Amino acid sequence: MQHDDVIWDLIGNRQFCSFKAKTKSQNFCRNEYNLTGQCNRSSCPLANSQYATVREEKGQCFLMMKVIERAAFPARMWEKVKLSKNYEKALEQIDECLIYWPRFIRHKCKQRFTKITQYLIRMRKLVLKRQRKLVPLSRKVEAREKRKEEKALIAAQLDNAIEKELLERLKQGTYGDIYNFPTKAFDKALEQEGEESEEEEEEEEEEEEEDDDDVGKREFVAEDEVEESDMSDFEEMNKLRTSSDEEEEDEASGSSDEEEMMETAKKSKLKSKSKGKQPAKGAAATKKKRAYVEIEYEQETEPASKSRAAS
Amino acid sequence: MDITEVPVSQEDNGKKKKNKSPKKKKKSVSNGDGVEIKEEMEKSEPPAEGESAFPPTFSVSEIKNKQRRHLMFMKFKLEKRKAKMQIKKKRKKEREALGDKAPPKEVPKTIENQRVYDETMVDPEDEEVAFDEGTDEFSAYFNGLTNPKVLITTSDRPRGRTVKFCNQLATVIPNAHVYYRRGLALKKVIPQCVARNFTYLMVINEDRKVINGLVLCHLPDGPTAHFKVSSVRIRKEMKRRGKDPTEHCPEVILNNFSTRLGHTVGRLFAALFPQDPQFVGRQVATFHNQRDFVFFRFHRYIFKNEKKVGIQELGPRFTLKLRSLQKGTFDSKFGEYEWVLKRHEMDACRRKFQL
Repeated sequence: MQHDDVIWDLIGNRQFCSFKAKTKSQNFCRNEYNLTGQCNRSSCPLANSQYATVREEKGQCFLMMKVIERAAFPARMWEKVKLSKNYEKALEQIDECLIYWPRFIRHKCKQRFTKITQYLIRMRKLVLKRQRKLVPLSRKVEAREKRKEEKALIAAQLDNAIEKELLERLKQGTYGDIYNFPTKAFDKALEQEGEESEEEEEEEEEEEEEDDDDVGKREFVAEDEVEESDMSDFEEMNKLRTSSDEEEEDEASGSSDEEEMMETAKKSKLKSKSKGKQPAKGAAATKKKRAYVEIEYEQETEPASKSRAAS
Repeated sequence: MDITEVPVSQEDNGKKKKNKSPKKKKKSVSNGDGVEIKEEMEKSEPPAEGESAFPPTFSVSEIKNKQRRHLMFMKFKLEKRKAKMQIKKKRKKEREALGDKAPPKEVPKTIENQRVYDETMVDPEDEEVAFDEGTDEFSAYFNGLTNPKVLITTSDRPRGRTVKFCNQLATVIPNAHVYYRRGLALKKVIPQCVARNFTYLMVINEDRKVINGLVLCHLPDGPTAHFKVSSVRIRKEMKRRGKDPTEHCPEVILNNFSTRLGHTVGRLFAALFPQDPQFVGRQVATFHNQRDFVFFRFHRYIFKNEKKVGIQELGPRFTLKLRSLQKGTFDSKFGEYEWVLKRHEMDACRRKFQL
């Protein structure tokens, strides 16, 4: 016997119903044949022996009906009626099938059918539109890529690469005449060559002068660097020069032996040397005064000591 | 004695040297046997201290005690480091001693040095490649027939940063127009672009306020490249940048696109910019490929003299990584893909690169 009230009393209020989903404000019914989705006395498919729903399978809508006559045969309990694809016709069909049924069920069936058709339409539209594909990211892979990118950035040395490329383009002349650098480079190169040649000439001159001095030419030249206090000794020095020139001209004044005797000789040496080596060695060498014994001419120490030993 | 000898020596080896003294004290406490044990310990100590020798079959991982194992490992590492330093010093001394005659310094191994030989590396004089490039989709551009016209757009509903980035890109690339996407399908957009003589379609994909993708489509049915974008800096976020770029056409620098695929991608980038750069503007856009990452930079340069050039970065910067190259225009479902990044195959070897 079907006692709907008893059933409802049990599952609705007192005891457990496995389809009931309770929330703070409302109760829902998870039964797939439920018409409204709420857990109510009039919506519960278990507690109503005469019941109807609209369900959708693969885009097709069906009207499902349950009557008390078939309550004893669970396999045949639900009657399935396929509804037409045309919306109005389907509504008429529902009306026709559920004629003399309670108003509530009829109304809710139509409402449910409307909702279903609406979402089916939306689904069809969405398929036509662009679908966004979600690609899952792997955290490890992303971290690895990030690391690789950083290392690649360091290895790339972008600024250097760009500068090099630009300079190469400049050299190849892709910029044409916009920049005047190429000519400047030429001038610089020329100047450098000029300096080098001048230096070479100077060195040659020095060597030649030394040779000349070795021969013993007498030159009475007024030296610019000589101070007036030294002028008095100048003539003596010149006289001395001729004798000592040949041997001791190249002597270095570094050894202590020279101090006593050869001060004047030194002077001459200094003077001669300064004459010879003025252009190369600058003012420091030329501006020595008498008493100085300086170790600058180290190159020629050995011959000097030898010659002294001889003398 | 024999029985006690073994554990003592093992423990000596097993502990760090500074632990030995307290242990010794403990040992010496026990009289009689303790004295003798101490002697044995002393014997075993010198060899242990002198060279901290481990028996040859000994490995650090066999010690069960974690602390001791850790200490031993540290010691081991220290010794290794010392040995390395000594070798280095010796080599340096030798080098100094030899002076000019020293053998040339060895070139350190870098990933670029060790790159696996790629058979698709392009030889500059390769005729086949030259022929290919003469007849591919970019030939029209490189022969001077078409002028680039770029359409820049985004994915749906772009955020502010993306919009800014698009606008900045449009200033960098001459003859570029930015359009809002408004939910249009690319397949429908493309014929319209072709009709209006656009040569490039650039779609910047964004996800959760972060720019992460770029689709670059060469229009009259040219190849479509899909890139992953990372490290995007818009102008505001860049330090020490210059003023905004001017309207002059920039020069283009393409570095390190060496394989056949790299060549194609390089031409793809080159065709974005007009063929005749205005050197007066002194602006240069660089696409530098390093280990399959393409770095984009935009600079203004000035030649200080013929040996030095100063560059100042303007403009946005980003890095790209090629994900796929498709033959026709954008068609992700039915398109014919020339090249797709397959992570398992291609990322397995550290020294193998595609571009």
